[in-house]
Amino acid sequence: MKHEKNRVNRLAYIARRLLRTVLVTVAVVLVSFFLIRLAPGDAATVMAGQSGYADEAFINSLRAEYGLDRPLPVQLWKYVAAVARGDLGMSYERRQPVLDVIVARLPNTLLLDAFALVVAMAGGIVLGALAARRPGSAGDAGVTVLAMLFYAVPQFWLGMMAVLVFSVWLAVLPPFGIETMGADHTGLARIADVAQHMILPGMTLALYYMASYARLTRTQMIEVADQEFVKTARAKGIAERQVARRHILRNALTPLITYAGLQASILVGGTVLVENVFSWPGIGTLAYEAVTARDNPLLLGIFIVTAILVSLFNLVTDIAYSIADPRVELGR
Amino acid sequence: MKEFLSRLLVRPQTLIGLAVFAAIVVVALGAPLLFPKGPFTIVGMPLLAPGSPGLPAGSDVLGRSMLVGLAYGARVSLLVGISSTCCAVGIGVLLGAVAGYYGGVVDDLLMRFTEFFQIIPAFVLLMVLVAFLQPSLFSTVIGIALITWPQVARVARGEFLVLRSREFVQAAQLLGESDLHIIFRQILPNALPPIVVVGSMMVGSAILTESALAFLGLGDPGLMSWGSMIGASRSAMWVAWWTTVLPGLAIMVTVLALNFIGDGLNEALGPRGRQ
Repeated sequence: MKHEKNRVNRLAYIARRLLRTVLVTVAVVLVSFFLIRLAPGDAATVMAGQSGYADEAFINSLRAEYGLDRPLPVQLWKYVAAVARGDLGMSYERRQPVLDVIVARLPNTLLLDAFALVVAMAGGIVLGALAARRPGSAGDAGVTVLAMLFYAVPQFWLGMMAVLVFSVWLAVLPPFGIETMGADHTGLARIADVAQHMILPGMTLALYYMASYARLTRTQMIEVADQEFVKTARAKGIAERQVARRHILRNALTPLITYAGLQASILVGGTVLVENVFSWPGIGTLAYEAVTARDNPLLLGIFIVTAILVSLFNLVTDIAYSIADPRVELGR
Repeated sequence: MKEFLSRLLVRPQTLIGLAVFAAIVVVALGAPLLFPKGPFTIVGMPLLAPGSPGLPAGSDVLGRSMLVGLAYGARVSLLVGISSTCCAVGIGVLLGAVAGYYGGVVDDLLMRFTEFFQIIPAFVLLMVLVAFLQPSLFSTVIGIALITWPQVARVARGEFLVLRSREFVQAAQLLGESDLHIIFRQILPNALPPIVVVGSMMVGSAILTESALAFLGLGDPGLMSWGSMIGASRSAMWVAWWTTVLPGLAIMVTVLALNFIGDGLNEALGPRGRQ
């Protein structure tokens, strides 16, 4: 009976989170619509880019396409309908649909982000757990100082310093790209090649977030270790190692799931910069190319796609959290 | 006030932070007097190493003095950091105060709005904003303020939510004071300490964000900033380390100093310090 009620509660919770994701997506499209109108000149000139590449015929075709001679609500409706169809406009510079350009680059970014997220979480948990074991020790202080330094350094600069050390001075790692150009590796050799190229950008991203995961794990573990059920477990005579793993670590880690969701929007920003430092052919370098080419539809498309991806990722972490922690308050 | 200062200045970190920050302010203000020719003047051969005659920090890819660039860069960093934080605090306090004071549906709507800004990829939104408004000092400041105000709003809302049920607020309501008066004259002064702490932490991150924008070429093209110096030296990094290392160190030292001050304010104004 109680089990059944929990299940209904969880479904209702997931439904609410789903609704929130849909609302965020709608809001993102609305914001994009008004962003286009923010720039000087009418929307057609903005969508066409402001560098004067656009000829009059192209701008007129855009005006007709977006119904710019019609009232604002009609324009908004046309825009929303277009985005809902997956039509994010044409990349003026590339003469291709924006969505196609983005989708082609997306896997590279997801690969880099997944690597960074896994390394950051794994490394952060290990470091944080070690620091929590002996609060106030040299290792503990080391993690705190490292985190403080990372927060004060621009991430792109950290990446450039990594290039300077590992590619220029030590010459042990490739400084840019996703694979060796012209090598035409296949199979395992190609995977190894990509992995080698991923180390520097991936670690630059990961180290940054590793520091904050370590700090969070540390505080969580110290907090959980002080709770009654841990004392009970010890009183029952359970071995200290078991208490640390099963009781403390497990309960300390659930908030990290939510944290990963909250960090996702920041991770996207970091990815844009790090990809540019290492010429990693993903969404981030694409955003930079869009800026330099004044390819506004492409830039806006990247905003819409990344925003939707981040809110989907938040949905996943919310659901994962509700499963991992049965005590989760499902009220909201 | 005296008590507050003695609490603030007790930590050596805070003192170091304040001293370094004061030095950076002096450099920023003094740059036009010390180097009247400006940061864009070519003074020698490109990529001369630090210590070359007249070039204590070397020269950049175009033969401009790195030292002059660094001094002028401090102006942009501080100006953007402080003014965008002020704008963000203004927006955040206003929305947070209204949400916390009125509660209910108003609070719900405003907090959903705030949440939205925290879910979307803020830096990409910032790139779009600055690119569409044209890169300038103005668009940088406005853009950074627009993506950072939610932090302030959350803190302000929390404070107002607690303070609105205190006796002094109820007394003011019974006396028939207007909501505006109660919000700004009665509650706000009491809600200020945590807002100041958040604000002080935001200046450093605003400086980091500005440097990232400038690095991507989205800074004000008429101004020399630390981020744009790093961006311009990307191709030279291989042969002239100082062109990237020095501006990065300048950013790091500035942000560290600000974070030290923020930590100190947090200790002095936080719940522990206020007791």
